[in-house]
Amino acid sequence: MKAESEDQWLYTISSKHKLIDFNFKELWRYRDLLLLFVKRDVITVYKQTILGPLWYLIQPLFTSIIFTVIFNDMAGIPTGVAPAFLFNLAGITSWNYFKQCLMGTSNTFNRNQGIFGKVYFPRAIMPMSVVISNLIKFGIQLIVFIGFYFFYVLVKDSEIMPTRSLLLFPVLILIMALFGLGLGMIISSMTTKYRDLTFLVTFGVQLLMYASAVMYPVSFFKEKLPSIAWIVEYNPMTTVIEAFRHMTLGVGDYSIPKLIYALSVSLGLFVIGLIIFNKTEKSFIDTV
Amino acid sequence: MARTILKVENISKQYRLGLIGADTLSDDLKRWWYKIRGKQDPFLTIGDINERHVKGDSDYIWALRDINFDVQEGDVLGIIGKNGAGKSTLLKILSRVTSPTTGEIKTNGRIASLLEVGTGFHPELTGMENIFLNGAILGMTKKEIKSKIDEIVSFSGCERYIETPVKRYSSGMRVRLAFAVAAHLEPDILIVDEVLAVGDAEFQKKAIGKMQDISQGEGRTVLFVSHNMSSVESLCTRGIVLEHGKISYEGTAKGAVGHYITNRKMQTANYLAFENKGNEYAQINSIAVNPASDNIYSEDDLEIEIDFTLLQNTNRRIDISTAIYNESDQLITNIGTGYSKISPVDSNKREPQKIAIRILNPNLNEGVYSIMLRVVEDMASAPKLRLDDLILFHVKRKADDELYLNVKGFISPQIEVKKLK
Repeated sequence: MKAESEDQWLYTISSKHKLIDFNFKELWRYRDLLLLFVKRDVITVYKQTILGPLWYLIQPLFTSIIFTVIFNDMAGIPTGVAPAFLFNLAGITSWNYFKQCLMGTSNTFNRNQGIFGKVYFPRAIMPMSVVISNLIKFGIQLIVFIGFYFFYVLVKDSEIMPTRSLLLFPVLILIMALFGLGLGMIISSMTTKYRDLTFLVTFGVQLLMYASAVMYPVSFFKEKLPSIAWIVEYNPMTTVIEAFRHMTLGVGDYSIPKLIYALSVSLGLFVIGLIIFNKTEKSFIDTV
Repeated sequence: MARTILKVENISKQYRLGLIGADTLSDDLKRWWYKIRGKQDPFLTIGDINERHVKGDSDYIWALRDINFDVQEGDVLGIIGKNGAGKSTLLKILSRVTSPTTGEIKTNGRIASLLEVGTGFHPELTGMENIFLNGAILGMTKKEIKSKIDEIVSFSGCERYIETPVKRYSSGMRVRLAFAVAAHLEPDILIVDEVLAVGDAEFQKKAIGKMQDISQGEGRTVLFVSHNMSSVESLCTRGIVLEHGKISYEGTAKGAVGHYITNRKMQTANYLAFENKGNEYAQINSIAVNPASDNIYSEDDLEIEIDFTLLQNTNRRIDISTAIYNESDQLITNIGTGYSKISPVDSNKREPQKIAIRILNPNLNEGVYSIMLRVVEDMASAPKLRLDDLILFHVKRKADDELYLNVKGFISPQIEVKKLK
């Protein structure tokens, strides 16, 4: 009788936790919540604004124009056959997706303490919804990129051609999402106890952008500063941005081993992030 | 025989006092060092019981200590206890918001909690959108919500506003909408924490009716935490009393309420002197209720004397207010020096001073009352010092008349009955 009743429990709340303890079944049961969070994020951001989702487009466009003026027209950084504006837009569009994922997930615990303190649902739903809702914004920004792409091809007769590597584009999205999500989950877990990291994130993301080949080609950096070029080279985001330019514009440093490297780094970070996140969610409400 | 649906075994929860809720870096390291040597966590053996009034030596406090109980399917279990007895901590652990320090909870059903209604409402979304979002947060699937959407909307009574953003709702409407969603949850175990305290009277009736339906009609298991003794008595089948993080009574709901009330009676006093009671703004030295007589009688005036010392220099007006609560933590009255044109409190004096507040003919019903004291500067709404349950006092009736002894309600007035025709 006793042995039988041991097995029949639906679940147990315990003080002891295993290191890796994911309940995917539970996550699946909450899939509707995930979609509703995504919907909430997308439609509430620009409620009561006149331009609405157009704001998604204005920000990357103007940044690209400024980058083109400063880095290409003034500083004379070469962009190969690709028009400088498209070159920058490609970099900024992909960088923005990574940045939004990282920033959006890195304060998961602190921003949601009100709701986390009252009801239980798998906490991982929150950062996952951020990554998905940003994917929609990324999609809108990609449309702008494609628009300008055709403009340059048809009107300006630029000699740019998508390469066959474009088929691997989904892999790039995966790398960016995993990298941002993994890093974000680690940071958000650590900020529940030590708030210092929140200051570091805003600042650190800015620094990381300069090390991610957003406004210059890696080849140019290697040529000018060979001694510290490894910082840029080993950064998975550099791989992503360069590969994206190679796929669409035909310029950039692209190779399958590099993609595999970036994918493994971000996958590793994601797994570490998930473990730390899972450990934190159990009792973060006492420390936050 | 009913099935055991929830089994709580040796649940304890430890908190660290001070700035950081759980651990500091050095304690983390110490804990880790003990762990790798295979020793028991050193912090589990220390810690004080959770008593607010007593100053402890340890930085660690046990909000809950070795809690054990079983809940059978269909039980409505009332959990009562003073503020800070550990009720909310227990509910937080049960609803998986935080995890216990030691022990295990085994359950056979889905638990959903209404720790506070309206969790996750987004002001920019419409009522309809919020129903779906809130429902999903509470654990319902989209399909479940869709099948009940008409019921939820009509239960909330907000049909007209359902396509309007929730930020335009009155606070009462928001509560109605939130409760409507929560009431249509169908978990195996429902946790309710004082939600009934909000909303207007008509809505409260609706809500209590719904709770009764859930527990009686549908045979669902409910854990109900409340200060309101009468609703615990009428709604619950079983009850436990928590005191300083431990279970002091377990049994029927009626028994638990009785235990709680007698327990409070035993702690009653006419006069209490304190040392270091207060904060850096003011200290309370003593409080007395009707110090002239041994007993506090319903028929007498009620006089509260407060001896206190102000600790800070200010030229602003300082007032002392006292709120009297009954056994169910319902406010009887809120009185203080703020009602007189000139405050009797001398703002500039750093020596002990004493004031008295007299209520003429309050005719309080027999029972135990508690006083919450506040020190207020410049009539501001946020008090400089606030002390809950500063003293508990027992009001008795002088007259032994049978007629008087059974009067129900807040007051037992002196009455005259005449035949006129």
